[in-house]
Amino acid sequence: MSSSKLVTMANQIALAFQAQGEERALPQIRAHVEKFWDPRMREGLRVHLSQGGDGLDPLALRALAD
Amino acid sequence: MSLVPETDFGTKAVHSDKTVTVTIDGQRIAVPEGTSIMRAAMELGTKIPKLCATDTLDAFGSCRLCLVEIEGRAGTPASCTTPCAPNMVVHTQTPRLKQLRNGVMELYISDHPLDCLTCAANGDCELQEMAGAVGLREVRYGQDGANHVSARTGGCDNHHYKAKDTSNPYFTYDPAKCIVCNRCVRACQEVQGTFALTISGRGFESRVSPGMDEPFMESECVSCGACVQACPTATLTEKKVIEIGQPEHSVVTTCAYCGVGCTFKAEMRGQELVRMVPWKDGKANRGHSCVKGRFAWGYSTHRDRILKPMIREKITDPWREVSWDEALLRVANEFRRIQGQYGKKAVGGITSSRCTNEEVWLVQKLIRAGFGTNNVDTCARVCHSPTGYGLATAYGTSAGTQDFDSIDQADVIVIIGANPTDGHPVVGSKLKRRIREGARLIVIDPRRIDIVETPHVKADYHLALQPGTNVAILTSMAHVIVTEGLANEAFIAERCDIEEYREWAAFVSDMRYSPETISPLTGVPARLIRDAARLYATGGNAAIYYGLGVTEHSQGSTTVMAIANLAMATGNIGRPGVGVNPLRGQNNVQGSCDMGSFPHELPGYRHISNDAVRKSFEDAWATTLDSEPGLRIPNMLDAAVEGSFKAIYIQGEDILQSDPDQTHVAAGLAAMECVVVQDLFLNETANYAHVFLPGSTFLEKDGTFTNAERRIQRVRKVMEPKNGKADWEVTQALARTFGLDWNYAHPSEIMEEVAALTPSFAGVTYEKLDAVGSVQWPCNEEHPEGSPIMHVDRFVRGKGHFVLTEYIPTEERTGPRFPLLLTTGRILSQYNVGAQTRRTENVLWHQEDMLEIHPHDAEQRGVKDGDWVKIQSRAGEIALRAEITDRVAPGVVYTTFHHPLTRANVVTTDFSDWATNCPEYKVTAVQVSPSNGPLQNQLEYEAFSRESRRIAPAAE
Repeated sequence: MSSSKLVTMANQIALAFQAQGEERALPQIRAHVEKFWDPRMREGLRVHLSQGGDGLDPLALRALAD
Repeated sequence: MSLVPETDFGTKAVHSDKTVTVTIDGQRIAVPEGTSIMRAAMELGTKIPKLCATDTLDAFGSCRLCLVEIEGRAGTPASCTTPCAPNMVVHTQTPRLKQLRNGVMELYISDHPLDCLTCAANGDCELQEMAGAVGLREVRYGQDGANHVSARTGGCDNHHYKAKDTSNPYFTYDPAKCIVCNRCVRACQEVQGTFALTISGRGFESRVSPGMDEPFMESECVSCGACVQACPTATLTEKKVIEIGQPEHSVVTTCAYCGVGCTFKAEMRGQELVRMVPWKDGKANRGHSCVKGRFAWGYSTHRDRILKPMIREKITDPWREVSWDEALLRVANEFRRIQGQYGKKAVGGITSSRCTNEEVWLVQKLIRAGFGTNNVDTCARVCHSPTGYGLATAYGTSAGTQDFDSIDQADVIVIIGANPTDGHPVVGSKLKRRIREGARLIVIDPRRIDIVETPHVKADYHLALQPGTNVAILTSMAHVIVTEGLANEAFIAERCDIEEYREWAAFVSDMRYSPETISPLTGVPARLIRDAARLYATGGNAAIYYGLGVTEHSQGSTTVMAIANLAMATGNIGRPGVGVNPLRGQNNVQGSCDMGSFPHELPGYRHISNDAVRKSFEDAWATTLDSEPGLRIPNMLDAAVEGSFKAIYIQGEDILQSDPDQTHVAAGLAAMECVVVQDLFLNETANYAHVFLPGSTFLEKDGTFTNAERRIQRVRKVMEPKNGKADWEVTQALARTFGLDWNYAHPSEIMEEVAALTPSFAGVTYEKLDAVGSVQWPCNEEHPEGSPIMHVDRFVRGKGHFVLTEYIPTEERTGPRFPLLLTTGRILSQYNVGAQTRRTENVLWHQEDMLEIHPHDAEQRGVKDGDWVKIQSRAGEIALRAEITDRVAPGVVYTTFHHPLTRANVVTTDFSDWATNCPEYKVTAVQVSPSNGPLQNQLEYEAFSRESRRIAPAAE
């Protein structure tokens, strides 16, 4: 799936949790993606992250890179 | 079979703690204080003659037939307007009463045509019945005096005579047959709340007058049909009754339009539907309906219906009619080939929110257990998926909190992003009635929708916000409630997580959410935000009703949670008259969500990764289920364009027309190798299909629908499926072709499986539904009769959860290229993609999608009313005609998406809700400019569409 769409979606999710502060936001961002994204979308994002995660919001980057 | 009997008690039921005992014709009866003598008599089985009274309307006392004598009282009072008093002794039949009634009836009949044998009301005429009841044997005055009956009288034109009005496509108005009982006028006022009818003139000149003595179609009439139902004579008569005759049996069933879920008596003659009459015992509609449910069912026998399965190799080929076996085998072979070639997860399906719970259950079961993937989704993705996410997060259930009757106890009604008088007309009428009784109204909507100001209804506050700023407004209202000390802290302490509340209170109290800061962002004066918040918090029982104007945004889920926060902060949850009420779009969209249509959830909203839940399904279905979430509709289309998703089975949904960014949807469908569409008609999506399986209408099947109040109601078959199979039978046959050993003989057996596997449906059986009419889930051991109100003593999730709702503007912004904001919606006479309503006379009210534009924006662009205009966004462009109106604010334009050739969704973008991918239909930055007519892409689509619908002559 096109990485630009995945990046947009991941950034939207990160922003939605941002108000709660980083400590609480990070696991929720991760959990949201786990819970609602099909594996090929998660894989697409993983590949994008492995290539540097261009365009990802820093919070999304920290939440989803591991 | 016979007609479902309904007793007319003459006047409404009264609720009172006190009872009074009266004696009527020697029989004693105790009734609630305030009950009319007429009603008390009927409860004893005594029908006092009446014409102007009926128990859906307030007593009126005009016909003078229902007179009675009361011992110790002078005169002969009307029994409809006289309440029972303690120890009253009433006589309903005395020589004096007989004579009076006979005299009254004689006068009525002296000015009424005597064409009873050829009259459409023959067999269903209260006037005729009453003439019989009072023993009328002669009319001494003759028929030749002053009258309203004959066009000419005494050799001259009769100026009292008015010709029949046949302007409405569904009913006629024949003034010659009118007895001026006022029932139609009162129904229009009291039941529908449109006030389109009145009585013009006085005395002998009194006539029922639509609007200013106009034909019905030119008046304000919305064709709900309440007047027709109320009419005791043939004055207002369904054209179908005139055409066919009186029905001989009827069956109670549930409407297949909109999430209100009105129940109707389908009145039949053999297998021919004569008329749909809203059922008084229907708990969602209480005997009312709208133009769609009552009248717009002609599509069920429309010649466009496809009745035979069809296949084709390529979408450029004409369709070829084949046997069911051949069509189903084609699907099975193709899906197997594709899964072999591209992997198990290269296929999926879409369940239908227009189909029954049982049908949805089978489709998701086929996809999960048969295809072995969780790639299943439903139209809720594009409408109320944020409601599911938001309310589950805040309260613990993915549904509204109240029943519709709760409206009767609301003191403050807040309508956000919903247009109930168009989208959910019967609820709209109920809301209007409550507002006429004194409830206050707050409307938060970019458009001045009808309920903002309509006869005898005026919103206290209309917050005409800029599209896309819901979260800002609602969080700002929370700011006012918290900072002005209006929060219900006792409720919060008892019912919610208090630490979360404190954090949330601090968050909303920040000056960035003060109305004064938010005002320039939203275009709503700070004063209005403050006043609305104060009224919501302090006005008594406050209830929020919301629609797709809340959910179809980048921040749809956040808005739902902001609404949930407001209700918790003010304690407006858990009792009648309050609550958070999503007005669901399609008839069974609540049900389709309940039945496990989402790719991450099994039925009953339980995540697919939950091992125990998954195991219960695996055991019941003797299979292994994938524990990973599947693709949502927009993800399926993205994956198709990229090549990892190749086949789809779509039951009763037209994603090409209804889903956003149509060019992208088309590219997704075109990239698939096998598209299977099951529908009544060759819909727009079918232009890209390889297999077409004919579907059946709600009149042709048994099952259940679940409405917006979680109410599960029976759908009952009244005629054989024209295509030979109900939709559940088609899915079952398809599953069997896939090698699944399914043997459901009746949808009730499917419901048994639903109940066994879904805790919230555990107590639901067809026997129970037949016995009690309907139940609202959860219906289980704890709530055997269902749950009208949820979260009564505690939230389903335990403590209510306050969520921090930061306002994050959508990335869809206006700018020099696209300076206006487009928002889309629907109108009263059409439903969703219009596939059904466009194939009825409802097109007379709405023949094409129009672009509403403010006079200021129109003038700047040199656009006049009715001109063709081009509307352009970054996704695409179309042309349609302009309607200049100040219903929309400057800077905002609006259109509907009911007509496929308009292609409104070419313009909408791929932005979507952060949590659920629900598309942002409500905010598209656009430019509008004059146009000569339809654009090239629209003409091309029309040609493509025509080409794609070719059906080859059957081969021998």
